[in-house]
Amino acid sequence: MTHTVARRPDVAAAASPALPTRRSGRRSRRAPGEPRRVGYLYIAPALVVYGCFVLFPLVHAAWISLFNWDGLGPSSWAGISNYTALVTDSSLRGPFVHSLVLLIFYAVLPVAIAFLLAAVLSRHQLRGMTFFRTVLFLPQVIAMVVVAVAWRSIYSPDGLLNGVLHRIGLGSLTRAWLGDFNLALPAVGLIGTWVEVGLCLVLFLAGAQRIPRELYEAARMDGAGAIREFLVVTLPGLRGEASVALTLTIVAGLRNFDLVYLTTGGGPGNATSVPSYEVYHRAFDTNEVGSAAAIGIALTALIFVVTFVVSRAVEGPRS
Amino acid sequence: MTTSAARGSRSEQTANYAVLAVFTVIALVPIVGILLTAFTPEGSTATGFALPHSLDWHNFVTAWQRGHFGTYMKSSLIVTISVVVASAVLSTMAGFAFGTMDFAGSGALFYLVLLGLMVPEEALVVPLYFDLRGLGVTDTYWALILPQTAQSISFGTFWMRAYFRSSPRSITEAARVDGATSWTVLWRVLVPIGRPAITTMLVITWMWTWNEFLLPLVMITSDSLRTVPLGLAFFQGQHTSDLSLLAAAAALVALPVVVLYLLLQRSFIRGMLAGGVKE
Repeated sequence: MTHTVARRPDVAAAASPALPTRRSGRRSRRAPGEPRRVGYLYIAPALVVYGCFVLFPLVHAAWISLFNWDGLGPSSWAGISNYTALVTDSSLRGPFVHSLVLLIFYAVLPVAIAFLLAAVLSRHQLRGMTFFRTVLFLPQVIAMVVVAVAWRSIYSPDGLLNGVLHRIGLGSLTRAWLGDFNLALPAVGLIGTWVEVGLCLVLFLAGAQRIPRELYEAARMDGAGAIREFLVVTLPGLRGEASVALTLTIVAGLRNFDLVYLTTGGGPGNATSVPSYEVYHRAFDTNEVGSAAAIGIALTALIFVVTFVVSRAVEGPRS
Repeated sequence: MTTSAARGSRSEQTANYAVLAVFTVIALVPIVGILLTAFTPEGSTATGFALPHSLDWHNFVTAWQRGHFGTYMKSSLIVTISVVVASAVLSTMAGFAFGTMDFAGSGALFYLVLLGLMVPEEALVVPLYFDLRGLGVTDTYWALILPQTAQSISFGTFWMRAYFRSSPRSITEAARVDGATSWTVLWRVLVPIGRPAITTMLVITWMWTWNEFLLPLVMITSDSLRTVPLGLAFFQGQHTSDLSLLAAAAALVALPVVVLYLLLQRSFIRGMLAGGVKE
């Protein structure tokens, strides 16, 4: 405790009259005797870095989005035309539609599967959950680059999926999955399902274990069957978890640049192009920087709106 | 009656474990596929799931040397350690102020920082590239370290604020009575007893930074500065035909995070699920 020498943020505090002796200060909410203004010194370094590399780029992106710019030469004022193009230009509307389709695979499917499983699994205490949790959550921590390599090999013409189909006599269904105009998008989506289902399951199982056993017993006393028990006890008990799961999976589904870039590159044609991919593609391949920035801002807005709506709709207006 | 109920629940238990096992297998198939392929001799046409006859470490050596993964690992380590340390120090300080002090505008500033949890990197990467190119720092480690530190600060500050808010007031109070300044209280009292919270912050930042792909893709052009995920993507472009080599490289990329995850899985899960928690 004797290490307080100069050049520490408290030097500024020492200059102010509010010294630690005034502990029983006027407002009890205060931390013991701390002059408040020293707080600015503590947050300043973080805010400066955050401001320079998150807030400023965000504002700058909004500014760039109002111009037509190729990234090198002079830019020309575009007004909101880069935004109206998101609706009117089908090559821009497509990626947003794909993105919504992907949300079925990234968010709806994993949450639904995890709910069903939680309903089955939560009726009794389970042992060995640490092991299952560790494995189920594993896809979440593996770099998307690695996930992409693994799944490209599974989906490849002579990969695992076609091999299995051949073996079970469905050889007629085999194809180059990621090269198929109609099936490439669901194929990419299923990778998302694979990544996210474990997260939802871990969340719901943990939540279900916290639901008081008495509620299940009471429901059973009332003669509730498995389905009713799920509707009356499990489902309401997992509201908070459902909100967290939907938020995380939706955000992951809207920001899936890595997976699309590494598995299909938006193709075939632009069958799997999504906004996050289109941002990169336009800014660095086709030199439409203003349009790229507008997509980025629109994507940000979409994430804000969707997460807000989800948390309101799922958790309800309480709190 | 009790026995029949117990028996009924036992068969149900078995069914439960069967269901869990199915999903465990699904989660593991692509990962095990990568590992099996990685140990299959180079040039073999098997596409995983044929058990290799012997463990062949050759692919790892080849990937490390011919694939430049030694160099990529160095880049990734430099960037990741810098980001983890810098964002941890800045977030701890900011979280401490937001969690224990009360100053004008602290609420609004905190929400401003939280904004970063929602802003997708895709929106930032375009202006970042052109701004940093103007400053001449694209294709340097700085172009990776600074933006990722800034992006990690949102989570770190959010996480550490929650910890400092819950830290027992009596301890800080006792330290203050001894004449300790806020700086001493922070680093000598609260940080040492906050190891679980800090560990979570460190592993989450570690994972995010190690796995980051878009930023290096945009910022880095020199082969020697590539991080491992970027290196793997280029490797994939060059060695599409040689799956076993590619798989070995992929395993090398995943390893540093997976090992840490297996050791500290609780911290990982707690931290990653916190990302969806709102105030």
